[in-house]
Amino acid sequence: MSFLAKRQPPTSAVARDRLQILLAHERSAGEEGESDLLKQLHKEIMEVIARHVAVDQDKVQIKLDRGSGCSMLEIDVEVPQELSNKRAS
Amino acid sequence: MAKVLVVTSGKGGVGKTTSTAALGAALAQSGQNVVVVDFDVGLRNLDLVMGAERRVVFDLINVVQGDARLSQALIRDKRCETLSILPASQTRDKDALTSEGVARVMDELREKFDWVICDSPAGIERGAQLAMYHADAAVIVTNPEVSSVRDSDRIIGLLDIKTQKAERGEKIEKHLLLTRYDPARAARKEMLSVEDVLEILSIPLVGIVPESEDVLKASNVGAPVTLSSPESLPARAYFEAARRLSGEKIDVSVPTEKRGFLDWLFGKKGAA
Repeated sequence: MSFLAKRQPPTSAVARDRLQILLAHERSAGEEGESDLLKQLHKEIMEVIARHVAVDQDKVQIKLDRGSGCSMLEIDVEVPQELSNKRAS
Repeated sequence: MAKVLVVTSGKGGVGKTTSTAALGAALAQSGQNVVVVDFDVGLRNLDLVMGAERRVVFDLINVVQGDARLSQALIRDKRCETLSILPASQTRDKDALTSEGVARVMDELREKFDWVICDSPAGIERGAQLAMYHADAAVIVTNPEVSSVRDSDRIIGLLDIKTQKAERGEKIEKHLLLTRYDPARAARKEMLSVEDVLEILSIPLVGIVPESEDVLKASNVGAPVTLSSPESLPARAYFEAARRLSGEKIDVSVPTEKRGFLDWLFGKKGAA
């Protein structure tokens, strides 16, 4: 069994990676004001998009990254295939 | 100039009370006047760990509410005369602590002592926030384990917004105390290493306390480990941490003890 176990990353590395991902997420969501802002943005962006295309709640991703120099607001909207084709023609 | 220190962690059971007692005794043994204050109202244990449980007459809440004078509630340690303890109440709940009352008691303690060390309750609620509010510096007790590291990260965030220093726009000093560390398991990569935890939490390290039988033995007999077995590995780690808190610049080492051949032969666990 030991030759199989060696292929696995050590458990401490798994722990470290899991923590780094989780804490990066929790730190950005930690400031309540910020998560409220994101919720509000999400809601209003959804309203604007809904006026033009029918789009799923889950297909709109909004992310705010606070860097020391600049912050980046990332909005990712997945538009249904047939609709975007229709508009293009 | 007195310094108020909060010993906190978010997670319970990582060694806040043990560390408060050990650091308090270590600082007191260097001749400084130290008081350790139990903020864990309803679940007081600092008195028990320090062997003063039968000497409690008045407590923090009595003093906060003006039912007793501070001098009546303070218990002086029998082994070290520069060390005192201010116990928490076992019967009342944390709502009996008012912010104004705590502020008044902290001011009075600052006048009497060189160090005021506040043992925080677990959690991030009111009790923990009252314990940290007046602190100039914080010792964040962390085990090399995922839930403890996550909770420490949360507490570090709170220290930056929920303390008087933070409200005044000043920085609170933060020190990481890694406890229950097993260098052998970390070397086998079964446990988060010192470097891993430091990289994740990014606050300066004040000490590494190894997992050790001496810690339980000390609490069994009601003595801070720095008083009951000052030569033991955990005690040495606490003495070093106390010196760093006092401003000495000394490198943090992983305390290890050479395992003798006979220990190995008989399967006796090395203290490292």
